[in-house]
Amino acid sequence: MKKLFASREALLMIAIAVLLGVISLRFPAFVAPSNLLGVFNDTSPLILLAIGQMIVILTKCIDLSVAANLALTGMVVSLVNIAAPGLPIIAIVAIAICFGTLLGMFNGILVWKLAIPPIVVTLGTMTIFRGIIFLLTEGKWVNSHEMSDAFKAVPRADLIGLPVLSWIAIAAVILFSIVMTRTSLGRAFYAAGGNPQAATYAGINVGLTQFWAFAISGAIAGLTGYLWVSRFAVAYVDVAGGFELTVVAACVIGGVSIMGGIGSVPGALLGALFLGIIANALPVVNISPFWQMAISGGAIIIAVILNAQANRTQGRIILKRAEHAT
Amino acid sequence: MSTTRNIPDRLRSPLERNLKSWETLLLLVAIGIFVANSFASPYFLDAWNLSDATFNFTEKAMIAFAMALLIISGEIDLSVAAIIALASTAMGAAAQVGVGTEGLVLIGLSVGLACGAFNGLLVTGLGLPSIVVTIGTMSLFRGISFIILGDQAYRGYPSDFAYFGQGYVWWVISFEFVLFALIAVIYAVLLHLTNFGRAVYAIGNNATGALFSGIRVGRVKFILFLLTGLMSGVAAICLTSRLGSTRPSIATGWELEIVTMVVLGGVNILGGSGSIPGVVIAAFVMGLVTFGLGLLNVPGIVMSIVIGALLIGVIALPRLWQMWRH
Amino acid sequence: MPLDLRPDVSTSDAPLLSLTGVTKTFPGVRALSNVSLNLHPGKVTALVGENGAGKSTVVKVLTGIYQPDEGDIRVDGRPVRFPTPQYAESAGVTAIHQETVLFDELSVAENIFLGHAPKGRFGLIDTATMNSNAAEILSGLGAKIDPGTTLKELGTANKHLVAIARALSVDARVVIMDEPTAALSHTEIEELYELVEGLKAQGKAILFISHKFDEIFRIADDYTVFRDGQMIGEGAIANVSEAELVKMMVGRDVSQIFPERDRQLGDKVLDVQGYEHPTEFADISFTLRRGEILGFYGLVGAGRSEFMQALFGTTLPSAGEVWIDGASITIRSPADAVSHGIVYVPEDRGKQGAIGALPIFQNVTLPSLARTSQKGFLRLAEEFKLAREYSERLDLRAASLDTHVGNLSGGNQQKVVIAKWLATEPKVIILDEPTKGIDIGSKAAVHEFMAELAAQGLAVIMVSSEIPEIVGMSDRVIVMREGRIAAELDRDNITPETLVSYAAGISETSS
Repeated sequence: MKKLFASREALLMIAIAVLLGVISLRFPAFVAPSNLLGVFNDTSPLILLAIGQMIVILTKCIDLSVAANLALTGMVVSLVNIAAPGLPIIAIVAIAICFGTLLGMFNGILVWKLAIPPIVVTLGTMTIFRGIIFLLTEGKWVNSHEMSDAFKAVPRADLIGLPVLSWIAIAAVILFSIVMTRTSLGRAFYAAGGNPQAATYAGINVGLTQFWAFAISGAIAGLTGYLWVSRFAVAYVDVAGGFELTVVAACVIGGVSIMGGIGSVPGALLGALFLGIIANALPVVNISPFWQMAISGGAIIIAVILNAQANRTQGRIILKRAEHAT
Repeated sequence: MSTTRNIPDRLRSPLERNLKSWETLLLLVAIGIFVANSFASPYFLDAWNLSDATFNFTEKAMIAFAMALLIISGEIDLSVAAIIALASTAMGAAAQVGVGTEGLVLIGLSVGLACGAFNGLLVTGLGLPSIVVTIGTMSLFRGISFIILGDQAYRGYPSDFAYFGQGYVWWVISFEFVLFALIAVIYAVLLHLTNFGRAVYAIGNNATGALFSGIRVGRVKFILFLLTGLMSGVAAICLTSRLGSTRPSIATGWELEIVTMVVLGGVNILGGSGSIPGVVIAAFVMGLVTFGLGLLNVPGIVMSIVIGALLIGVIALPRLWQMWRH
Repeated sequence: MPLDLRPDVSTSDAPLLSLTGVTKTFPGVRALSNVSLNLHPGKVTALVGENGAGKSTVVKVLTGIYQPDEGDIRVDGRPVRFPTPQYAESAGVTAIHQETVLFDELSVAENIFLGHAPKGRFGLIDTATMNSNAAEILSGLGAKIDPGTTLKELGTANKHLVAIARALSVDARVVIMDEPTAALSHTEIEELYELVEGLKAQGKAILFISHKFDEIFRIADDYTVFRDGQMIGEGAIANVSEAELVKMMVGRDVSQIFPERDRQLGDKVLDVQGYEHPTEFADISFTLRRGEILGFYGLVGAGRSEFMQALFGTTLPSAGEVWIDGASITIRSPADAVSHGIVYVPEDRGKQGAIGALPIFQNVTLPSLARTSQKGFLRLAEEFKLAREYSERLDLRAASLDTHVGNLSGGNQQKVVIAKWLATEPKVIILDEPTKGIDIGSKAAVHEFMAELAAQGLAVIMVSSEIPEIVGMSDRVIVMREGRIAAELDRDNITPETLVSYAAGISETSS
């Protein structure tokens, strides 16, 4: 029990509870279940992307191309939808995931086989992906009326009281919680980032593990790309512009260490929710939405300070009395 | 002790080393682009057109020089564009209450320095990873601009304030270009010819080793953050003066373009190596590509594909070549 | 790969695992050249050799981390290949590596079973089985560790037990131990010996790599000697003497002779009073004279390096005062220490000593730039002059002063670090394990040089865990134990017996 409270996730959960509590004092409507579910739904894309980013950061990498991947995949499935309006949605989803995975694998192969620093690779692919959208469309938007109704309906469709978008986020949280804690690949992500040399000795191919992290991040970005353009019923070059940094921010707030090896799915979920709640609460509490950016910036800085305190390595304890004291 | 043997100072002459360097390769690329452009468009070899083209990179390059030192030392500052926004906003607010040009310059520089000091304190004082800290301050600084300005803009700068971004020193030589050249020389001297520059390299290669050699690592890094902040302030003055207005979205995305410029210039993103001449050439390469494609009516977003591909390509190609040879 | 590798053999003379004609080259280095190695069931084979002899490379070949360029690996006489560490593990070859191969954020059980965790339904890791298996292995080692604990919560000794448990979690037939006692205390070493005996009794073949001869003669049955990547000799340990082993290792007779010194102690230069740190050391007080070599002896983890680093300013003490030449000084950073004439040659050369990717001359002049430069601007000619002077004084071997330090041998890197400090003209030089990991030939040179420095009036502090070095070089010795000074011995009382008894806390023995 004591251990639970000491964990990063528990601290963040308390912070979120306090945040909600403070808001509810003046605006009880905000914490009404229906509104909270709405907040969750709004935050779902961020939750999805944060999970993918968390895995990449665990392996000591970073994926700055997620938002560009999302935009490009979103555009590709929109164009597919225009070209073949009758194509079943399941095929669209499959295309989105596969295409996103391919983009992620492209990042991964450059990191793995050519050992180019991930920040350089994804900085490059970020601009390339967005540029490709322009080449595909010559800068034109794909608007609501060009998309088929089925294409637009999925994220909003109601399933046992929750939109499909929310269900997908929930499914991803469950799926990746299992992957990260109960599969060899999941443990390899931790090992490869926590101690790469030791991971090699333990028979883990660090580069290959990083490749899979990028592939997963890409797959999630691709899926989110479809959900995003269909939910907002519009696709254009600058969809989710700059969102990659919000995603990284959610991870940092969720206790993911940028040095690799530390982080969890619940952490990423809570980090994303924290940002989502703030974004949704500002208009409710009559603070200009222009405050949102500064607040999330402040939250990142506070989170990284707290994380650093928690992870501070202690020197070795040599003195007897010190050993007893601690 | 027993036998004194003569160890030569150097085996290869500095000239020979320079000829086989990254900078030489990059210079060839720049010349190639220049020649190709002059064939592709009859308007390219026009003095005024070329002069206009320099505005594509001068402001970014000023920051890139300071960023190069920072990256060589093993840190990074992603908040530079946000510092431009905040400094520009501060100048705009001051201009509204009638502060003169000298005062505006002072304010721009001070805000830059203060932001740099804030980053530097968080990184060196608290020992936090700079990539996360500056993702946080990036939101914070620009967020403050948004809080102040919202969707408004500041205009109405004093008329002589326009000189920094629109003035010409002689014929087609703009004030900005002169300032760019001057700053390039100052940073080249600082990095390559002074004790401080040597310390920057030592820290970037092995920060612990540098600390154990009596280098004041924290102080050097703090100064580098200050310089990067200061350069962002300078760039803010030029950019604000050139545009004649301030919006909180000013210079969005510049941080990544600046990092691209630095990496393209041969600076190792992991720290330890790189040169100012390299960054200067990279600035010209990026400027020439943008300008040349612009003359051919290729939109900006496509140029970003070229820049992104260059960024990955220049690192990937030598490695692919090596792999192919083995 | 799934060869069935558990046939009848277990008592015969046939080697369980053998290497023949194995060669491994890296760019510019031939790490192994046509070496052979035989490991027999139920026997401990000691692999001895100097640093750089190829021992670690052999371990990596045996565990599938490196692939040999030429040669055979045979298990039970059958040729095998280990393209990845998993292949080696499934062939029953497991290693306790020198570096800790552990992961702070994973649980103890996950650390033990990383890469070969028991799988349950849907191919998911079966946590319950994994935890109970881990508990079983740990209790077999006599360790009281909960398998569910996150590793970072364990102390050093327990982490080491987890590393051993990890090696044993594989159904191992060959266990490789690469300097397993380097980080252990006396009692822990004894427990390790018992463990090795137990493994022997189970018929496992053990490859034991160690620098400590007492250990080798105590635990090994056979020996194999490597030198410069070649196999020099092998045989039963009973048929060889320590001197013969050393001769094989270095290729010539080496008796450890320490330089004769003419001791002339000058004025008091350093005075330390009441140095204290919240967790690492307490009550450290001593003085040091010009021309004196003060030895600091103690077991690994006695707090010697921690204190030295506080004296050098990399960590801050909670209390204490320092005087140099009678003037009180404050040291809050290495830069402060250097400016007051205190310099430190660290034990961890690669990380703290030299800057590998910078050339020799820049390493040497790094702390002296204030002298070689003019108004903050570099003067390369002056730098080369200074670097040349000290490189020649230390008899540095390098292609040029522009060579990167990372390309030098360990001994020459150490010379660069020492040259760097001598160039600052210090008053006190602290040498932390100055000859650790240096070949025996260079050791003598370092000792001779140390004597020369003292003769020139430098005050030397030498932290060492090697008793012969402490006895042979020191004018005075401070023994530390558990973060405190256990004894201060003058010249006439420095004997191996007193050193060991004070360091281990055996009170007032025969000495």
